[in-house]
Amino acid sequence: MSGSDKEDFRSSFFEECEELLEMTQDGLDAMADDPHDAEAVNSVFRAVHSIKGGAGAFGLEAVVDFAHKFETAMDAIRSGEADLTDDMLDLFRMCGDNLSDLVANARNGDNSPLEASGQLEERLLEITGDLDEEGDAPEFNPVTLDLDADPTDSDMAATYTVTFRAKADLFAAGNDPAALFAALRRIGEVTVEASLDDVPPLSDLNALDCAVLWTVSVTTDRGEADIRDVFEFVEDCCDLEISAPEPVAEALPTTEGAAEDVALVPDLVPDTIEMPDLSDLVSELGEGKEQQGSEETPASPSGQNAPPPAKASEKTTKSANTIRVDLERIDKLINLVGELVIKEAMLSQSVDELDIARGSGVSAALDSLKQIASEIQEGVMAIRAQPVKPMFQRMARIVREAGSATGKRVRFVTIGDYTEVDKTVIERLVDPLTHMIRNAIDHGLESPEDRKAAGKPAEGTITLSAAHRSGRVLIDVVDDGGGINREVVRNLAIERGLIQESDTLTPAEIDHLLFMPGFSSKTEVSELSGRGVGLDVVRSAIQKLGGRVAIHSEPGEGATFSISLPLTLAVLEGMVVEVGGETMVVPISSVQETVRPTEADLDRLGVDSVVLRNRGELVPVVDLGAFFGFRRAPETLEDHVLLLIASDQGPRYALVVDAIQDQRQVVIKSLETNYQQISGVAAATILGDGRIALIIDADTIMRDLGSGGPGEKPMKMAG
Amino acid sequence: MSLRILAIDDSRTMRNLLKATLCPAGFDVDIAEDGEDGLKRFDDSDPDVVITDINMPRLDGFGFIEAARQRKRERVVPILVLSTESGDDMKARARASGASGWIVKPFDEEKLLWAIERVASKG
Amino acid sequence: MQDAILESAERDLEVVAFRVAGQDFCFDLASVREIRGWTSTTALPHAQPYVKGVINLRGSVVPVIDLSQRLGFGEADPGARHVIIIAVVADQTVGLLAEVVSDILTVTESELQPIPDIVDETVRQFISGVLIQDDKMIRRLELGTILEQEGRHAA
Repeated sequence: MSGSDKEDFRSSFFEECEELLEMTQDGLDAMADDPHDAEAVNSVFRAVHSIKGGAGAFGLEAVVDFAHKFETAMDAIRSGEADLTDDMLDLFRMCGDNLSDLVANARNGDNSPLEASGQLEERLLEITGDLDEEGDAPEFNPVTLDLDADPTDSDMAATYTVTFRAKADLFAAGNDPAALFAALRRIGEVTVEASLDDVPPLSDLNALDCAVLWTVSVTTDRGEADIRDVFEFVEDCCDLEISAPEPVAEALPTTEGAAEDVALVPDLVPDTIEMPDLSDLVSELGEGKEQQGSEETPASPSGQNAPPPAKASEKTTKSANTIRVDLERIDKLINLVGELVIKEAMLSQSVDELDIARGSGVSAALDSLKQIASEIQEGVMAIRAQPVKPMFQRMARIVREAGSATGKRVRFVTIGDYTEVDKTVIERLVDPLTHMIRNAIDHGLESPEDRKAAGKPAEGTITLSAAHRSGRVLIDVVDDGGGINREVVRNLAIERGLIQESDTLTPAEIDHLLFMPGFSSKTEVSELSGRGVGLDVVRSAIQKLGGRVAIHSEPGEGATFSISLPLTLAVLEGMVVEVGGETMVVPISSVQETVRPTEADLDRLGVDSVVLRNRGELVPVVDLGAFFGFRRAPETLEDHVLLLIASDQGPRYALVVDAIQDQRQVVIKSLETNYQQISGVAAATILGDGRIALIIDADTIMRDLGSGGPGEKPMKMAG
Repeated sequence: MSLRILAIDDSRTMRNLLKATLCPAGFDVDIAEDGEDGLKRFDDSDPDVVITDINMPRLDGFGFIEAARQRKRERVVPILVLSTESGDDMKARARASGASGWIVKPFDEEKLLWAIERVASKG
Repeated sequence: MQDAILESAERDLEVVAFRVAGQDFCFDLASVREIRGWTSTTALPHAQPYVKGVINLRGSVVPVIDLSQRLGFGEADPGARHVIIIAVVADQTVGLLAEVVSDILTVTESELQPIPDIVDETVRQFISGVLIQDDKMIRRLELGTILEQEGRHAA
């Protein structure tokens, strides 16, 4: 196996370990629900067993040793020798975590055992006690057979006489004297004689018995043990005798046969003995057993009666329901598809300019092309989407560890495990979610005593949920703790100069103070989450993904962190507009309506504020160009277009643009990768002519206006 | 004419390892993920040798052997079990179930090929 | 013996040398991805004055930094003769606007000299040394400083 193949196998093995560890967790969860779920116990056993097997192949001893003890304990449970208790279940969960750590270390080349392993193993031993007769974990014992040894070389060669008679069992189990004798040729020079003395006449012949007595002469410099080794599998279903060795006086002449490949069966049977074609007899008798020994051609060892299948091409390996693909290839594909969409847009534009008559084949073909490109895009994006389940399981472990570190009892509930999210998004959610969960357990959940005093169950609950809604992925982290202590938060904010004493804030605004940098509402640094990393890091991580996070809190009842992420990172249906000489894109999903205003529809309130009368409401008007600093808000709006923006994030407002160019699908390009997030901007796109246009984030524009405008926050370049 | 080997193991790593060892050695390799799958492949592609793991979901190794032995065939196909144990218990169980031999995990290339060689002659 | 000392100081460094506002600069070739001619940028709202805008680099959005502005020489007036050096800093790809790329040089570590006094303050914060080549003083740019911003209120 080449070096790079080995590497591939290693990675593949570790990937499989991820799946197996997930299986272990699932199985333990199922066992928690129903301790008698035999299939669950089995699946945990098999998963650990498989990890052990694979690890053994790669020499990962620490993993093998621990997995072996874990597996043995699971075996005791599944065979009924031990009964499952809650404590055992906890122990098994910890073993699962430990195994995961060992695998992770091994992946990084660290094969040393973990301290935790020893303690866990002791506890596992309590379960298995004396049941573990296998004792030590399997060791590497490669059988080194020197298969290329030239037996004629040594002068220690000796000739052994082997007599062999096969019992019926031997054939029933698929063993074959011909194969055995051929294998013998590996260790020496072999001549075989068959004696038919005991073979009864045909009429009395029992096809299942082999009365042939073979006498085999083996000349080899290996010992008797090696000869016996050839017959290892059939020891108990044959009569085997090996005589004392007769040393060979001088070096044997090299015979052609010895160094060549495995001998052909016909050689073993001297020509002078005619054997009846037993195979015919056997098939006549209608039994599936066949005896070797008739003339056979080298080409088909299975005999004339059973020609090998003609279709040699049927080499297809079992096609599973999934295939594994390099992530790089997918990314490449996604980029290409993105280019396809852009080129299609360019083509559309060019064709428009040519002013080809509607109804001509060109427009129809283009529409069709657009449709197909769009479907390809959806399909490709779906490839990268994965269920959040494994990530949720990681969080389960965080909950366990955080619970035990803080001495709080925590129940962890997950909803929407199979919600699919883009793989890169999942990876980048791990850190923020970890932090939020630790935070919830550390700060949110009260101690068991406090909870009891408040009439709550002593065990706190953390719920992690994922769902798709209106084109976005919503992830919630909910705790049923004491909620945000707004008094404390407000005071701390005043203390830190974030707000003034005189400021009045709504409860929601106080809650959101937690997202300000350096904010920690616990005065002493707690072991878990108080490492000086505040929720501001969490929020910016989520924003970098193009998402948003919000807090809702009910005093005494708990708090919820709601994360909203874009579903498809790649494509957006957008309205291409012009404003202040710049081309920008507004997501269609945000636009409720477009209006060409007349002065009659507008009211001026105060110096700079304009509102639009729409659907019985007064809607604030915001000039997009002014918001971004391209220009000052225009005096009159008569020649402009107003886009009515509606979202579930806040009140409606109207955006002023100069003209609407087009509505089309645009490919989303990240700004954060090489730059940073810009307030009011969701991402960028590349237009048909290759120019870049910014995609606005309609929801945040309103919010930013409320908080004093985007210009107040310093722009940061490096991430 | 190369021998066709059917390798049954629920561990992807094992299947890969078996393929990687057997294909360069000149065998045609077919794979299956568990006993049931294995039986299907066994019926469809008529292998010359079967190597099977024991602990598998749906139908385990011994279950597979039992079922395979009940298939009407003109010859008894050699079946080797892959086992992590090496004791006499294992051997007895293997033979009792109808297996032709065994390979102890972890195995190296030589062990694997030697086991195959002792149950099936190459063409 | 002299050779032995020289040997240990001898580490080859490849740099790309270019001009900004009439002065010569360079940085490690290893950071350079490509060099493009000037293309107009799309303005970014509320960006720092030295961020000229963004360009489309084969499907990626890449910001372009006006080095002249950044280094304190005032805004550049890019024309067809200007170049954009595409460089990778940390894991960000950025474009650096320069007048022209003059050379690719291989120098040894020992040829790098400390910053002489004549280099003024504003520029000083961005460079880590100078090279003398022919008659030119080529200032070695530390890319990290070009992008650095006011620090975060972090841990």
